[in-house]
Amino acid sequence: MSDHEYTPSSKFGKWFNDRLPLLTLANHLTDYPTPKNLNYWWTFGGILTFCLITQIVTGLVLAMHYIAHADMAFSSVEHIMRDVNYGWLLRYVHANGASMFFLAVYIHIFRSLFYGSYKSPREIIWILGIIIYLLMMAAAFMGYVLPWGQMSFWGATVITNLFSAIPLVGESITTWLWGGYSVDNPTLTRFFTLHYLIPFLILGLVVLHIWALHVPGNNNPVGIDIKKPSKDTVPFHPYIVIKDAFALLMFCIVFALFVFYQPNILGHADNYIEADPLVTPAHIVPEWYLLPFYAILRSVPDKLMGVVAMLSAILILAALPWLDTSKVRSAVFRPLFRQFYWILVADVLILGYVGAMPAEGLYLLIARVATAYYFAHFLIILPVLGWKEKTTPLPLSITEPVLGGSPNLAAARSDEKIEKTIK
Amino acid sequence: MRKLKNIFFVLIFSVIVLNSSNSAEKSPPFLETKWTFKGLFGKFDRESLQRGYQVYTEVCASCHSMKYLTYRNLAEKGGPEFSEAEAKAIAASFEVTDGPDSTGEMFVRPAKLSDKFVMPYANEQEAKAANGGAYPPDMSVLVKARKGGADYIYSLLLGYSEPPEGVELDDGVYYNKYMYGNKIKMPAPLSDDLIEYTDGTKATAEQMSKDVTNFLMWSAEPHLEQRHKTGFRVIAYLIILTVLVYFTMKKIWSRVESKV
Repeated sequence: MSDHEYTPSSKFGKWFNDRLPLLTLANHLTDYPTPKNLNYWWTFGGILTFCLITQIVTGLVLAMHYIAHADMAFSSVEHIMRDVNYGWLLRYVHANGASMFFLAVYIHIFRSLFYGSYKSPREIIWILGIIIYLLMMAAAFMGYVLPWGQMSFWGATVITNLFSAIPLVGESITTWLWGGYSVDNPTLTRFFTLHYLIPFLILGLVVLHIWALHVPGNNNPVGIDIKKPSKDTVPFHPYIVIKDAFALLMFCIVFALFVFYQPNILGHADNYIEADPLVTPAHIVPEWYLLPFYAILRSVPDKLMGVVAMLSAILILAALPWLDTSKVRSAVFRPLFRQFYWILVADVLILGYVGAMPAEGLYLLIARVATAYYFAHFLIILPVLGWKEKTTPLPLSITEPVLGGSPNLAAARSDEKIEKTIK
Repeated sequence: MRKLKNIFFVLIFSVIVLNSSNSAEKSPPFLETKWTFKGLFGKFDRESLQRGYQVYTEVCASCHSMKYLTYRNLAEKGGPEFSEAEAKAIAASFEVTDGPDSTGEMFVRPAKLSDKFVMPYANEQEAKAANGGAYPPDMSVLVKARKGGADYIYSLLLGYSEPPEGVELDDGVYYNKYMYGNKIKMPAPLSDDLIEYTDGTKATAEQMSKDVTNFLMWSAEPHLEQRHKTGFRVIAYLIILTVLVYFTMKKIWSRVESKV
């Protein structure tokens, strides 16, 4: 994307770069032209990379002390908490790190939804992102099983049992997943293996995700293409690097507050009780980040259809670039879409709330309405909005609303939001 | 932007509320007491931990194990901090089966600092048989394994009363207003002057409940003091660094017109 060809200055550098163009890559990453109007919601990509690396590094050390065996897993975690040097820190960073990872990924996803980052020409980035998100959920779920507490065991039982809803082969698949006739030691060891594997798959996909991003370049709050790179963009280093660093540090402060002062608030107390196949907990609930999907699952009376609904709720996102028919990317210029966007956010939060509640009475009713709305948003509202909505005029370039002097500016200024967004 | 920010906070807030609200079964609010281990600089009350150990070993330990604790823990920093000699003496008052020795025989010897707390029962079955079918849970991480944590344990210990009218209790079942379902198989374990504190503190039920809960909190979070200390340093460091990076960012971005 930088137009000029890069040549290393030293002779050795040139020799090396001709054989493996690492220096060209480094040069591309430093010079990568980035829209200068990106706001702080764009810093979560960097934050997510940090989260992934944190999880891999802490997980690596934890795996040196953890024992993947049904009889020893729980006590090995206690061994880490008590006797391993800074084991408590590693484990609390890793456990809360998962929550922080999801917090960041939800912000990242909802940022894309607001600014239309999934639209042409960025569909592949978006779909790669959805696959990463799916893998994250798998990794988080299996990771939660490893301490072999009550919620680990019963969460694993509930989720793996979902596969038995598949017609004809369901039961066999479940047995195959368990490595036996119930969740037991073979289940734990394979979950541990997969939990170790998935982050590296995610890492590979993240490389592709960033590669795909560097082809068209970043979307931006105004959602229009870059017209003049010299005017509309800044080089990634130092401008975006320092801004990402600042945002990351703010994020780390929140992270540290959880780790050092409320390390167990995001977890469930029952997971400090060792797994007991004979005692079922009063309420089996997944971790907070899976609750909206858990609510969708339980809102459908039929088991198979529930599983289908839950999976569709995620997979429907992959079709989003084609469901959203509007040519305008940013919600800043889509007054109606903006309303529906916030309703969707509220809808997902409501789903998360009822997901934590028992599936009965009013909660169940709310879950059903919210589930129906979730699908309606993507299948009905978005396609129709694209045709019907009257969007506000787009600026000519992304610098224009900042610099002023264009006839479109007055229209843009009329919306207080735009100004703030562009900042 | 303001809306986005609000949503961000709503998200965090709802996460926290969610996790606390799904616990709120219909039990009365917990009894209030001041815990020294709470807060930014929270530390354990050393004397209370030592008394708490006494309550545990003289009362609770007859039924409840603490299998993740080691006698050396009693002398470690951030805990009850018995002197090493005291901890050794405590350990030596218990007997453990060791072996096999060179002749292939198992033998009994006094416990050492490196031994785990001796368990009251040989196995779960024996524990159940001795307690009317109820298994007295291991207390090593009990505080973290119950919603409400220390407040819950403290309240439960003091929450025994005669059952209200209309509540029928079987033999060996007791009424406790903080217990899930209000029925508990453990009889009220503490009563005034049940034990005699070695440091002369008056052993009221409240005092003993508080001391033993402190002790259980420490056993569940033995590195709590270090965590609070490290946490304060980490966050102070992060805040200073964030401020410095903020001004660096302002300076760098002042070269382009756009604001950050």
